[in-house]
Amino acid sequence: MATKGKVTGIIANMVVIEADGPVSQNEICFIRHKGVDLMAEVIKVLGNKAFTQVFESTRGLKVGTEAEFKDHMLEVTLGPGILSKNYDGLQNDLNKMKGVFLKKGEYTEALDPDAEWDFTPIAKAGDKVEAGSWLGEVTEGWMPHKIMLPFKFEGQFIVKSVALKGKYRTKDTVAVVTDEKGKDHNVTMMQKWPVKIPIRAYKEKPRPFKIMETGVRTIDTLNPLAEGGTGFIPGPFGCGKTVLQHAVSQQAEADMIIVTACGERANEVVEIFTEFPELEDPRTGRKLMERTTIICNTSNMPVAAREASVYTGMTLAEYYRSMGLKVLLLADSTSRWAQALREMSNRMEELPGPDAFPMDLPAIISNFYSRAGSVYLNNGATGSITFLGTVSPAGGNLKEPVTESTKKAARCFYALNQERADSKRYPAIDPIDSYSKYLEYPEIQEYLKKTIAPDWVEKVTLAKDILLRGKEASEQINILGDDGVPIDYHERYWKAEVLDFVILQQDAFDKIDKSTPFERQEFMLDEVLKVYNMKYKFTSFEEINPFFKAVINIFKQMNYSEFKSEKFNNYLQQLNNKLNERKAV
Amino acid sequence: METTAFQKIYTKITQITKATCSLKAEGVGNEEIATVNGKLAQVVKIQGDTVTLQIFSGTEGIPTNAEVVFMGKAPTIKVSDELAGRFFNAYGDPIDGGPSVEGKEIEIGGPSVNPVRRQQPSELIPTGIAGIDLNNTLVTGQKIPFFADPDQPFNQVMAMVALRAKADKIILGGMGLSNDDYLFFKHIFENAGALDRIISFINTTENPPVERLLVPDMALTTAEYFAHEKHQKVLVLLTDMTLYADALSIVSNRMDQIPSKDSMPGSLYSDLAKLYEKAVQFPEGGSITIIAVATLSGGDITHAIPDNTGYITEGQLFLRRDTDIGKVIIDPFRSLSRLKQLVIGKQTREDHPQVMNAAIRLFADAANAKTKLENGFDLNDYDERTLKYAKEYSRELLAIDINIEIDAMLDTGWRLFAKYFNKSEIGIKEALVAKYWPKN
Repeated sequence: MATKGKVTGIIANMVVIEADGPVSQNEICFIRHKGVDLMAEVIKVLGNKAFTQVFESTRGLKVGTEAEFKDHMLEVTLGPGILSKNYDGLQNDLNKMKGVFLKKGEYTEALDPDAEWDFTPIAKAGDKVEAGSWLGEVTEGWMPHKIMLPFKFEGQFIVKSVALKGKYRTKDTVAVVTDEKGKDHNVTMMQKWPVKIPIRAYKEKPRPFKIMETGVRTIDTLNPLAEGGTGFIPGPFGCGKTVLQHAVSQQAEADMIIVTACGERANEVVEIFTEFPELEDPRTGRKLMERTTIICNTSNMPVAAREASVYTGMTLAEYYRSMGLKVLLLADSTSRWAQALREMSNRMEELPGPDAFPMDLPAIISNFYSRAGSVYLNNGATGSITFLGTVSPAGGNLKEPVTESTKKAARCFYALNQERADSKRYPAIDPIDSYSKYLEYPEIQEYLKKTIAPDWVEKVTLAKDILLRGKEASEQINILGDDGVPIDYHERYWKAEVLDFVILQQDAFDKIDKSTPFERQEFMLDEVLKVYNMKYKFTSFEEINPFFKAVINIFKQMNYSEFKSEKFNNYLQQLNNKLNERKAV
Repeated sequence: METTAFQKIYTKITQITKATCSLKAEGVGNEEIATVNGKLAQVVKIQGDTVTLQIFSGTEGIPTNAEVVFMGKAPTIKVSDELAGRFFNAYGDPIDGGPSVEGKEIEIGGPSVNPVRRQQPSELIPTGIAGIDLNNTLVTGQKIPFFADPDQPFNQVMAMVALRAKADKIILGGMGLSNDDYLFFKHIFENAGALDRIISFINTTENPPVERLLVPDMALTTAEYFAHEKHQKVLVLLTDMTLYADALSIVSNRMDQIPSKDSMPGSLYSDLAKLYEKAVQFPEGGSITIIAVATLSGGDITHAIPDNTGYITEGQLFLRRDTDIGKVIIDPFRSLSRLKQLVIGKQTREDHPQVMNAAIRLFADAANAKTKLENGFDLNDYDERTLKYAKEYSRELLAIDINIEIDAMLDTGWRLFAKYFNKSEIGIKEALVAKYWPKN
């Protein structure tokens, strides 16, 4: 019999329930308030008192209200039909909700149990299977969606029967399997999984060995993100975090994108709702929405559900990874999630850590990041989750607890720089402070050599040196004055500026410039390095500024033109002419 | 708020602090309102049979045998067309001497709009101020604060924007307004003949600070009524949100909560977001646009209040005194309107985005040149030109006393480019340069 309880205390969204039976940590319960069930999660147990965080507003709730415990943790429903959906943090389908305003206690089904799918069997009777084994396949939109043995099934099973090719509903039994004790189990296309537990239905998790193309030059060229890798973007407000994440979500080379809007602005999600069904994925020609699922728990939605939203996103990503897909998971912003943790920790009167965040914040964050990665599935196929989170450091101070904890967990660091943003040098990723640990991986270096150019890694290192030297030169010029430094310094500074303007800066709102494939990135970097390697004759520093400005201007026109089009080639010709004007003989 | 017959009256208060009191009571709902010796209070905590009430006007003079009456509902406001032109206090009671308003009674601080039911903001709000229209274009459904030091004329600029914005309703939420500022708003609205579309909820410095906590919810709930049910374009002005946040910290402190950064409550982000996120574009045409003010201390935007605000709002507007021209300007570097991309170059001329960016970049070059000059270095020819450009740009486009159409702003931009620079120095797409570069 289910454990029942009565409300005995209410402080904001923390509700204390006196239970009449066993209660487990993180168990879900429903508080029956005026005929509406309010979902809550147990976060602390003290004697027979369960402290719960309610995923709804507790306005009007009274002491003595009845509650019922559900004997399971917060779960998501997995199955075909997740793609292209707009969910809230608890996986309620937002489109199924009636009315303009969100109603308290309104929960909607994540999947449609009666939807029909074209099923093709993969496994056959007699096959040995385990959790995550592919039993069959349906087509979800355009994507082959594997129907797997539910992850909750422990041990080895023998397939007794698999449904024949044909149309089946999500809730229909498509396979029967027998466990080691000889008991039969029916398998439908739907299964449930608790979000806070990682899905481990894979053989091994190798180090990332491939690059994920994002089309953003300052990421791809200078500090590439690995497929199955992790990265984060910290930055003060107004530095273009969200624009950058949107750009990545539109252009990244992934099979599926899960966007988790965690405690951020509603209008930003509306932008995705409005634009993704219209925008095309340049690689496939399909609409972006066809490869996207949105988990949306904006800042005005209940705080506890905000914490759940990042886990919901990760669990959906793990589900699709188990099908052998390349998934990109974006979370904006993980700081809001940490703040949700802080609010609860505060209400439970826990001793606070730095900035009143809970003491175990670093552990929670690194645990979460560790769920990303590429995997070899049990059947030898590969799948991956690449995770890119944003962090909103309080006061733009990168020494605050969330940024510091994330820095320990993520392998790529894309620091947004206020000065760059102020001078409209977008994307404002600081080329010197940012890093990608993946560039040091021998596997990745090998991959870059093979797929881009044998000397690519050296070129990237050179590009970084140019930027660093340019910065040093600019500092010297600022200290000593234009004529207080050798002409060389000006040249060095301006060569770095060329690299900055042509490679690093990118117009996210221009149709052509917003996304640059690797082939074009390689071409442009080569052109910029040519400018760098050339010897020039200048008689005074005053000649340097206008010359390089003109060079940058031509380069920018190239960035705005179709790659290798007639226009593009004309600008290239113009560029060479311009360079030859000053070429030293 | 009168007492009805069946309500139970409690008279035994067990604990009194500066802002709260506790008593034993039954059947009380969370966030319910009550009166304590006639003073309005709200339930903030229930533990067993002990209920903690926050008393908005403070607990001065509350005896342990005070009469406590629970109302069985959250704070409400009566909404109808009669609200137009009226002034109210934080509780929604008239302060202009007029009769109380009849209408539909709704709870303040109601539920959020389902994000999938929102419409993408798309209607430009022209203000005539180039620092806003050209560089930081406002859109209906947007929420944006002025970040300003207390000595800057933010209330004046806000009133100007409000009156030029052609909204169906303007709702003013004044928190900790000085009496002088309250009268300023009253006069400027009266003089503009706009009183019939203005509704004000005012908490002045003469009123208790905790009362302020009701003001934004009163204003925004009223706004929701007009925007959602009457499909009107509503502009909500909230000034000053810093004083609102201060009131939050007072309450959280009295409730023994552990403060986070700058002694602010750990929930500051969520508290502010709940208000600002009421800005919305409804599919049926109504909209709520929020223009707020958050005063800074010494221009410090890393303080928890402006910092959290900046992460919530869709941009921010900075006022700054430009000593070169002796006028207050909208700072182009630190100001930002995140929603401008939705309208510029689409509802305005195609060259808008590039002219805007180029103009600001050149202004940044001028700032560098100025630093060089201050450090005692010689300026080159380009530096000299940017300095002259910056002065003119500041006077003709950034100053807050500008009132021109957007096309005229763009033309001014091109005129300044042509006057001080050559085509390759401005870095604008060639097609646009060919079309708009002044011919003579």
